[in-house]
Amino acid sequence: MLTAILIMALGALVLGAALGFASIKFKVEGNPLVEKIEAILPQTQCGQCGYPGCKPYAEAIADGEAEINLCPPGGMEGVRKLADLLGRDVKPLDAEEKPKQVAIIDEQTCIGCTLCIQACPVDAIVGAAKQMHTIVESLCTGCELCIKPCPVECIRMETISENIDNWKWKYPVVELKRVA
Amino acid sequence: MLQLFKFKGGVKPDPKKTPSVQMPIGIAPLPPLLIVPLHQSIGGKPNPLVEAGDRVLKGQLIGGADQWLSSAVHAPTSGTVLAVEERLAAHPSGLPTLSVVIEPDGRDAWIERTPLDYTALEPERVREILRDSGVVGLGGAVFPSHAKLAAAKSVPMDELIINGGECEPFMTCDDILMRERAEGIVLGSGIFRDLLKARRVLVGIEDNKPEAVAAMKAAVEKLGENFEVIAVPTRYPAGGAKQLIRVLTGKEVPASKRSPEMGVQCFNVATAYTAWRAIVHGEPVLSRIVTLTGNVEQPRNWEVLLGTPLKDFVALGKPKSDTDRYLMGGPMMGFELPSLEAPLVKATNCIIAGSPSLFPPPAPEMPCIRCGACADVCPHELQPFEMYWFARARNFGKTQEYNIFDCIECGCCSYVCPSHIPLVQYFRFAKSEIWSREREKNMADAAKARFELRNERDEREKAEKAERLARAAAAKAAVKKAPPESGSEALSGDTSVAVAAAAPLDADAAKKAAIAAAMERARQQRESVQPKNTEGLTVAQRKEIAEIEARRAPLQAEE
Repeated sequence: MLTAILIMALGALVLGAALGFASIKFKVEGNPLVEKIEAILPQTQCGQCGYPGCKPYAEAIADGEAEINLCPPGGMEGVRKLADLLGRDVKPLDAEEKPKQVAIIDEQTCIGCTLCIQACPVDAIVGAAKQMHTIVESLCTGCELCIKPCPVECIRMETISENIDNWKWKYPVVELKRVA
Repeated sequence: MLQLFKFKGGVKPDPKKTPSVQMPIGIAPLPPLLIVPLHQSIGGKPNPLVEAGDRVLKGQLIGGADQWLSSAVHAPTSGTVLAVEERLAAHPSGLPTLSVVIEPDGRDAWIERTPLDYTALEPERVREILRDSGVVGLGGAVFPSHAKLAAAKSVPMDELIINGGECEPFMTCDDILMRERAEGIVLGSGIFRDLLKARRVLVGIEDNKPEAVAAMKAAVEKLGENFEVIAVPTRYPAGGAKQLIRVLTGKEVPASKRSPEMGVQCFNVATAYTAWRAIVHGEPVLSRIVTLTGNVEQPRNWEVLLGTPLKDFVALGKPKSDTDRYLMGGPMMGFELPSLEAPLVKATNCIIAGSPSLFPPPAPEMPCIRCGACADVCPHELQPFEMYWFARARNFGKTQEYNIFDCIECGCCSYVCPSHIPLVQYFRFAKSEIWSREREKNMADAAKARFELRNERDEREKAEKAERLARAAAAKAAVKKAPPESGSEALSGDTSVAVAAAAPLDADAAKKAAIAAAMERARQQRESVQPKNTEGLTVAQRKEIAEIEARRAPLQAEE
C-alpha cells in the first residue's frame, strides 16, 4: 500500500518537474496567432482599419476586438484568408475595394515642406526641406497617408495598370456554344 | 559509338518540317521601319542610350545592359531614331514595351567592327563582350549566354552540349543553320568550350535531320576539332536542355541544381553561331534565322533583322487567304500572336500561319477522368492531372507540392489528353499567379521592415532628444550650483558663494540688456520706415483719420 502511494507520488513529482521545466524552457513569446494574421495583412500601414498600422490591427483581431473585414487594401481575398485562419464567417468588406495604387508628387507644385515625408509610414518619399520631394514608386504601398498633410495638394494617386511585368496568364475559360 | 540514354515520356507529333527546308536561307529585305524592343532577354531591362532624332549606325548600342543578368540591344541597321516609346510587344499579353523606333536610311552603314582574339583575353572580359554584344539563348528562352558561361567552382565541366535537337514540329531554323553555316557553329562552340574548360563537346541533333548531321560532321572534321556529332532519336521534347543532357550523358539535373553543378552545360546552335560572329567578327546580334511556315505559299527560312514588324515579315511568305491567326514559336509551346504590329525579337524562332483546316478548333474540354495519360508522357515525371486539379481549384500551395515549377510547359500532356483539357494553360495560370503572390508578399515584407525601422528611428530620436534636454537641464543646474571657474579658486569660501550668486545675476542682466537693445533697434527701424499709404490722401480721408485719432486719444490716455 505504502509503496504504491510512494511510487505514485514520485511519478507525480517527476512529471510535475518535467512540465514545470518545459513551461519555462519552451515559453512562447508573444501571441503566435498575431504573426499569422500579420502575414496575411498587406502591410500598407495605412490605418484605414482604425488602428495605427497592421500589427496593432492584427493584435486587435487576435484579441477578438476587431472584425476581420476592416482592411480595404487586403480586399475580399484578405477577408477570406483571415476567415479561413480564424474559423470566422466571411463578411463583405467594410469599404470599397480599390485597385492597387501608387502616389505621385507633382514636382512643379511641390514646395518642399517635408510634411508628406513625415506622414509616409514606409519611408517611400525622398526629399529635404525646401527641396523638391519625390516618391520612390517601387516602395510606395498606396496607403494615401501623404495626401492629407500636403498643403498645396500636389500628391495624387494613380492606379497601377497592367503592364508586361505584372501581366498574368488568365484562368482558362471554356467557351460555351449554343447547340441548335 | 557513344551510349545513348532515354528520357521518360515524350510524344511523336507529325514533324511537318519538310516544306520550309526546300529553299536556302533567304535574306529578308530591309523593312520601312524597325521597332526594336529594349527588353528582349531574361533579366534586367536595358536602358535606352539614344533619343528621338539621333542618327544611328548598324550595330550601334542603343540599349545598355543594366545589370549582370541582362543583355545589350543594338541598332539592326543605320538610320534615324524616330522615337523611344512604348510599342506593342511580341508577347501573349499584347501589351506595349519600351522600344526604339528606327527609320532605316538604306545605306546599312556599319559601326567600326573590331575582331578579337578571345584566347588573349581574360574569360571575364569575353563574357562582358558577349553581354554587350547581346548574345542570348536563341532556342527561344533568351537567357543571357554570358551568365551560363561560368563553370561551377567545385565541379569540373565534363561535357558541353550543343543543342541542335529542334524537336518542335514545323520549326527548321536550326536545321538550315547547321546545313549552311556549320563552321560558324563549330567555331562558336569552340569559344564556349574554352570559356567553360569543358573536356568534351557533344553536338546533339535529332535523327530526322541527316543533312544537318552530315554538315556538322564535315565542319568538325574540316576544322580539326574533336567534337562528337550525335544523332539522337526523334521524340518530342528531345531538344529540351534537360532532356538532351539526359539522352547524351545520362545525367539528370535535379530541380534544386543548375546544370553546371552536374558538370554539364547546354547551348543552342544558333547561340554558338552568334557568339562566334560577336567575338571573331565584332558583330553584335542584329538578325536571326526565322522559319516562316504553315498556311503560306512560300514556306522558307529567312535571315531577318530584329525589330522587323511581323506584318512585313509574314508578307514574304505570301499567306494563303484563309489564314486566320499566327503563332510565334512551335505549335506545342508557342502562343498566338495578339497582333502583327508587334516586331520580331530574339525569341522569335518560328512564325506559323494558321488556318481552321491546319489547326482545327479544339474539341470541347471534358472532365478529367484521371486516366494518367498525361503522367505517362510528361518528360519531367510530374503528375499533370494532380496539378491540373489544384490549379483549377486555385489551390496553389498544392500545385507547388506537386512541383509545378519543374514543368517546362512542353505541352505533351495537353497533346495526349483524351478529354482535351488545355493543361498547360492551367499550369501557366497557376505559375504566374504564384509569382505575382510572391512579389506581393516580398513587397509587403519589405514595407513592414521599413515601417518597423522607421518606428524604431522615431523612438530613438525621441529618446535622444529627451536625453539632450535632460543633459542641458543638468548642465544648467550644475552651473547654478557650481562656482564659475574664473577667480573662484583664489577667493575664500564666503565670497565664492556671493560671486556664484552674482554670476547668474550678471548673466541674466546681460541677457535682458541685449533683449532691450534688440527691441530698441527694432523700434527705431519701424519708425524710420514711413508708411507709404499716408501720402497724397484726400481731404475726406485725412478728416476720417483725424476723427479716428481723436477717438483713440482718450483710450490711450486711460492706459
